[in-house]
Formats: sequence, C-alpha cells, structure tokens
Amino acid sequence: MNYIVAENLVKKFGNGAAKVAAVDGISFQIEAGEFIGMMGESGAGKSTLLGIMGAMNAPTSGRLIVDEIDVYSLKQEQRADFRREFLGFVFQSFHLVPYLTVIENVMLPLAVVKAGKKKKRALAEEALLQVGLQDKALRLPSQISGGEKERVAIARSIVNEPPVLLADEPTGNLDTKTSQEIMELLSKLNDHGMTIVMVTHSPECARYAGRVMRVSDGKLIEAASQTPRLFDSRREPRSGLTSHP
Amino acid sequence: MTLKEITIRNLLRRKAKAAFVLAGLVIGVSTVVGIISFVEAMTNDINHKLEKYGANILIVPKTENLTLTYGGLSLGGVSFEMAEIRESELLRVDSIKNAQNIAALGPLVLGVVHVNSRKVLMAGVDFEASEILKPWWNIRGNVPGEGEVIIGAEAARVLNLGTGDQVKIKDRVFYVSGVLQPTGSQDDQLVFTRLAAAQSIFEKSGRVSMAEVAALCKDCPIDEMVNQISDAIPGAKVMAIQQVVKGRMETLHQFKNFSYGISGVILLIGALVVLVTMMGSVRERTEEIGIFRAIGFRRLHILKIVFLEAGIVSGLAGIIGYFVGLAAAAVALNFFSESSVGSLPLNAELAAGALTVALIVGLAASAYPAFMAARMDPNQALRAL
Repeated sequence: MNYIVAENLVKKFGNGAAKVAAVDGISFQIEAGEFIGMMGESGAGKSTLLGIMGAMNAPTSGRLIVDEIDVYSLKQEQRADFRREFLGFVFQSFHLVPYLTVIENVMLPLAVVKAGKKKKRALAEEALLQVGLQDKALRLPSQISGGEKERVAIARSIVNEPPVLLADEPTGNLDTKTSQEIMELLSKLNDHGMTIVMVTHSPECARYAGRVMRVSDGKLIEAASQTPRLFDSRREPRSGLTSHP
Repeated sequence: MTLKEITIRNLLRRKAKAAFVLAGLVIGVSTVVGIISFVEAMTNDINHKLEKYGANILIVPKTENLTLTYGGLSLGGVSFEMAEIRESELLRVDSIKNAQNIAALGPLVLGVVHVNSRKVLMAGVDFEASEILKPWWNIRGNVPGEGEVIIGAEAARVLNLGTGDQVKIKDRVFYVSGVLQPTGSQDDQLVFTRLAAAQSIFEKSGRVSMAEVAALCKDCPIDEMVNQISDAIPGAKVMAIQQVVKGRMETLHQFKNFSYGISGVILLIGALVVLVTMMGSVRERTEEIGIFRAIGFRRLHILKIVFLEAGIVSGLAGIIGYFVGLAAAAVALNFFSESSVGSLPLNAELAAGALTVALIVGLAASAYPAFMAARMDPNQALRAL
C-alpha cells in the first residue's frame, strides 16, 4: 500500500525573472516500511523536497499525501500536529538543544503531549535504549561525541513512535566508522517497520536503502534500484519494490 | 519535560541575560514603589505640618447682614452687627465624629476700645490655642498674663506704645507685655488680651464673637468637618477657608503628579530594556525555535515559552522591586523628612500593584518578540545554520 504519495510537486523561489524551481514536478510513491535513499548533486532540490515531505515547506503546487492525509490542505497548526504524530526528523547538524540533557532532548517532542511524567520518561528511556545511549542520559550535548549526538537526534525522532523518519544527511558530519554505526541503527529501525527517507551524498550510505531516488535540477530522474547493504553482503536485496511510474 | 521546564532551563542557562532583564524591571518597579511610598509619606508629613499651620475653618455667628469690609477696607463705618456664640456651644465641637482631627480651637472676642484717645480693635484670645493657630506670631516680649496685653506692630506705632507701658482700657489698667512683630495681616492693628479679660471688658461673659479651628483633614474632606461642626452648633455659620485648603491641596497634587510622571518614564525605559533583550534572545534562539516547530510545537507553544520566560522574570522583578523601592523610600525619607522614619510599613496593596505592574510591563514588552518567535518559519530557521 502506498503510504506516501507525491503528486507533481513544484516549489519555486524568488520573483519575476529571478524565479527558480527548486522542485519541478516531482511525483513518487513510497510504500509503508520502505527505506528510500535520496541522492543528487548540491542544489538539486533534495533538501527542499525533504522539507516539503516534512510538512514544513508548502509547495507552490502539487499534493503530498501521507497515510491518506492531504498534508498541505491542513492548516499550519494542524501541520505542526501532523509533524508531531507522523514524522521524525534527523538533521545533519543534530540540532540538539544545548542546555537540555540527552534524555531531556529526547523527551522534547513529548513536551506538548498530554501524558504523565513517568510515561514520558519511560518512552525516552526506551528510545535511548534503542540507540544504545541509555548510560548517557544525564549528559549535556557538549559532553558527548558527534556520533552520540546523532544517536540522540535519532532517539528524539523516534520517541513519539512516528511511522515515518526523515533524515537529512544524517552522516554528513561523521567519520566512516560512526557513519556505519548510524546506518546500522537506521537499518534496524527500518527492519522494525519504520518508513525512512534519507537524503545523502554518500553512495556507501545509500546502499543501506532499499530504493534510491536521484534528483537533479529539481526533477526526479531515477527512482528504482535494488541495493545490497555495504557491510552485510550476505543479506538478500529487498523484493517487491515499487518502481517509479 | 514540559514547556515550563524548558523555560526554566533556558533562564538558568542564560543567567546573565535573565539578570539583565530582571535588573531593568527591578529598577523600574523599585523606582515606582519608592516614589509612591516616598510621596505618600511626604504628603502625610507635609499635610500634617500644613494643617497645623493656622486655621482652616472659621465659626462665626449666623447673620442676616452682609460684610461691609473687603481686604481690610471698611466701607460703612461698621463691618457688620456683632452677634455672639456661646462658649458652651463651642464645647460641642469635642463631640463631633472627627473630633480627633481638630488640632486647635481658638475662640475670639472682638470689640472696639479707646486707647490714648484713639479707637482700636481689641481681641480676647486663647493664647495657648494661638500657638497652633498663629504659629507665625513673633512676640517681642512675653505672652500676656492677667492684666496684660500685647499690641500689633502697626497699633504700637500709631498708639506710641511699647513693652512695659501702661494703657487704660475702659477704666482698667493693663500693662503691655509685648509687641507683635509685623505679620502683614490685620493682627498688626489689634490689641490682644486674654479671652476672659476681653469678655469682662465687653460684658460678654460666656460668649465669643467667633472661633478659629485648625483641622487635620488628611483622612476626611474638610467639607465633612465643616458639616459636622455645623450640626453641632446650629446657631453658627461654619466655613472652610477655601483658599488655604485648596492651595495646600493643589501644591500636593502637583507634587504627586510630577512624581508619578517620572515613575512612568522610568517604567517605560524598563519596558524598553525588556523588549530589546527579549528580541535579542529570540534571535539567538532561531535554531532552537526551528527545532521546536519542526518536531511539532504549535505557534501557541512557542508563545507560551516566551511569555513564561517573561512572566517568571517579571514576577521576580515585581517582588524584588517592591522591597528595594520600600527600602529606598525609607532611606530617602530620613534625609528629607524632619520626622524620623525607621522603616516604612509593608503595604499589601502597593505590593500587589508592584507585582501587577511588573507582570504587565514585562509581558507587554515581550509580546512582539513572542509573536516574532511564533511566526518563524521552521524551514528557514533550520536552514539559517
């Protein structure tokens, strides 16, 4: 079943003659539980497209449907609620709140959720356990490594148990070994059923995806490939992938 | 993790900035509280002194005739027919509702006598009450005792009399115990003696021509005092000396207005400090706000965070400002007031007012930064890095 459907998405910036289409008529479908890698040169429109998928950047035209919800027909505040319930974000720069501890950063999406303190804490601890940072709950972001920060960002993005995870260059600031650890983690989440869309420049990271979409000059030029994982060649590639129509 | 916890953690992290906002508001609030407390205390002090400085109510007999005297100039030979008030009636003034507000009551007997072949007005007065009613009197000599008189400066010149001289008034010999220094009033032209002696001379035993009252009117309007005395002495006409009363009130009113104006300006400056600091704080937190919005915080949640921060700091400023203002007023009063003031009493109304004003100013000044933060596009906020 198609969980995410993009219909002819267009996003233009600027005015008059200076107007430029960062996303120029992109359509695709993503099934629930897929791991999509999005690649392209700098300025191709990947991050803009991810922003649109993240309900943060209204397209100039076109539709985005997630779980049968027309995202941009929602009002702004409803889109905020949508983000909280359906989406998790992982950013290249981690974007952790520096004055909150690791566990408090993870609990951030729950700050506006009506639930008891104990329940919120339990969810955050579970998320930290999944990323292997349960022992560093009380540290500040300045007291942990880059790889650990990315793990905290991932934990924060999954604490609400969203069905979709959007990751923008999650390994962009990390060394190879740490990147591998992060990708293994994302892969594990995907194995548990989470739909993941990941923007990356790294072919090594893209190999963890079940399908790669290539974006160039705001257009989708390729959206079908089966990719074995780089560090686990014994695993069979995914079957039953949807091709780009 | 709640919005309140996020706010408090941010305040604790940005202690210097929070302290700056706090200081701006504390200065504003403490200035307002200090000035209000100082003005109130000084007003009481000045009012008390002014009210003791001479009469502000006159009790005269009711008459159907109109005065033929204006500004000291008599245009008809006799100013008006002199009726009298009984001394026993004046005693009823002690039983009025605001009797405790009466600083002094001075009965007067007036009459015309011949001294050294000249007609002169003689007044019998209560010299003890005159110390409060006429504190500007300066007697070169002594307060008259039995068989003695004092003479106004002009009367002494015209009658060619001085301290120690004898005068014959209606077949009675009096000694001049002193001469009144010039007062610039009608008193300069009178001869004064003790009330009982004047009553005897004019054969008005137990009766007076008029009475002067020094009323302390801080806690009750003077009109009410006048009404109370009128009710107590129905046969008398009781009047407030409006010029005196209104003049005093006008002075105090202008003093208060000026002080409140200064307070308002200082509060406004405090509000500007809050506004500028909060604007800077919101700009610094662009990334943070972008994260909040990206993970699903509504605009209302962002507003709450900023207003909570402003509210906490403003509330603290209100409390601290109140006590600092009170202390400053107490210190200032010790310099400016002759009466010693150890400390000012705590005033619950003023404390509540200080807290309310601090909250209103702090929250109002934070409104623009708060809405600015809430309107931030999360996409742009995160891209800004």
